[in-house]
Amino acid sequence: MRPLDIAYMWDLVPVIAGYIPLTLFMALVSMVAALVLAALLAIVRVLKIPVLDRVVAVFISFFRGTPLLVQLFLFYYGLPQMLTFLTNIDGVTAAIFGLTMHFSAYMAESIRGAILGVDRSQWEAAQSIGMTQGQLLRRIVLPQAARTAAPTLVNYFIDMIKGTSLAFTLGVTEMMGAAQKEAAGSFLYLEAFLVVALFYWAIVEILSVGQRRMERHLGKAVAR
Amino acid sequence: MSCEIDIAGLVKRFGGNAVLNGIDLCLKPGERVAIIGPSGTGKSTLLRCLNFLDPPDEGRITIGDLSVDAARASRADMLALRRRTGFVFQNYALFANKTARENIMEGLITVRNWPKPKAEERAREILQQIGLGDRGDSYPSALSGGQQQRVGIGRAMALDAELMLFDEPTSALDPEWVGEVLDLIRRIADGRQTMLIVTHEMQFAREIADRIVFMEGGRIVEQGPPAQIFGNARDERTRAFLRRVG
Ligand SMILES: Nc1ncnc2c1ncn2[C@@H]1O[C@H](COP(=O)(O)OP(=O)(O)O)[C@@H](O)[C@H]1O
Ligand SMILES: [Mg+2]
Repeated sequence: MRPLDIAYMWDLVPVIAGYIPLTLFMALVSMVAALVLAALLAIVRVLKIPVLDRVVAVFISFFRGTPLLVQLFLFYYGLPQMLTFLTNIDGVTAAIFGLTMHFSAYMAESIRGAILGVDRSQWEAAQSIGMTQGQLLRRIVLPQAARTAAPTLVNYFIDMIKGTSLAFTLGVTEMMGAAQKEAAGSFLYLEAFLVVALFYWAIVEILSVGQRRMERHLGKAVAR
Repeated sequence: MSCEIDIAGLVKRFGGNAVLNGIDLCLKPGERVAIIGPSGTGKSTLLRCLNFLDPPDEGRITIGDLSVDAARASRADMLALRRRTGFVFQNYALFANKTARENIMEGLITVRNWPKPKAEERAREILQQIGLGDRGDSYPSALSGGQQQRVGIGRAMALDAELMLFDEPTSALDPEWVGEVLDLIRRIADGRQTMLIVTHEMQFAREIADRIVFMEGGRIVEQGPPAQIFGNARDERTRAFLRRVG
């Protein structure tokens, strides 16, 4: 058994750290896009909008029912064969697209549950004073649903950050891709992957602290 | 005297089941009408139809210069009717994410497009009128049942509706809060606000109403001044109901 090459690991820290911005960029952009998409999907389902409702149900079922890696390969390697304008799609864009689709399907279900959790009588009260569907969703229902869904959505964000590591299979050099390259050169696989694992762990831990704070804050706000 | 509010031939079915079997009702300006009757006879449904929470299937609803044919009502008709009818819910149904003041302001801002300061000023007046001048910043969860229902009434008052609809406004309240809510409704009634109130508080109905309507099986069985209905009802079903509720 050989000891860990600590000095090598230490040298890797700044290298991997240099890719944190790209990882966070992919996660943040995907998260914002997925949130918007998920809210729309959830609204279509809650309002049972004819036809669209069926389409959205299939969309959600597909993106929850297949692995993220398969979806990424479909978007990056598969689709350009049919849609030639996608031939030059870069890995980062494809990864963001895939992460958005995949996580919006999950998040739509949480948001839908949270919307349905808002007491039906509040919808009626809003209608009774003449508010439109859009107004009552925006001002009454969604703010309350957001509160309920927030902790779960942060969990999905954490999954998303970890999910960005799959972008390296699309040729993107993000944190995982950088570790892979380093290891391929030095043959110190354990060290390289350990460093990148610690990076992911640290990022997720920082987020978890934020999440616990938020939950305490929301808890207070609800109890008032 | 002519009808300010005219309800004609109102029919409502739920999945083929007729819950309202042709309701005709005329309210004069400032008239206060109490609806009584056994549960499940369509009293709530009638109020909900007038507010289009449950769209009626047939009939015509006329409020002032607005006349809506139920079978052909457009979205605009529906919104117009809602702006002319304030609804007070049995379970208050306050917006949980808004303070008492914001609950009252909400319709003024979103529906009537008032600027915020004007809406705030109006909300302040209403909070005074409902006896909650110092609780404007409280969220519903921090208010007692009686206070919540008073905010519910304040929210409906803010619409300045031609017709106010109360659906058993005290039925969900602990007995200790019933009095303050009835007092508020009595004051609104004293202001000659045209209103339809469904209630189980017979004594209260007798005091504030110009007319009592007795409903059963989705129909108006009998109506008349309180003294007549409570003292000398013509229909046996009315008498049986009044004997039951004591
Ligand atoms: N949304 C609905 N769907 C089906 N049936 C309903 C609905 N709302 C009310 N009903 C039925 O209509 C009848 C009248 O109800 P309601 O108007 O609430 O009576 P009341 O207020 O006089 O007690 C009841 O039999 C009730 O079950
Ligand atoms: Mg009822």
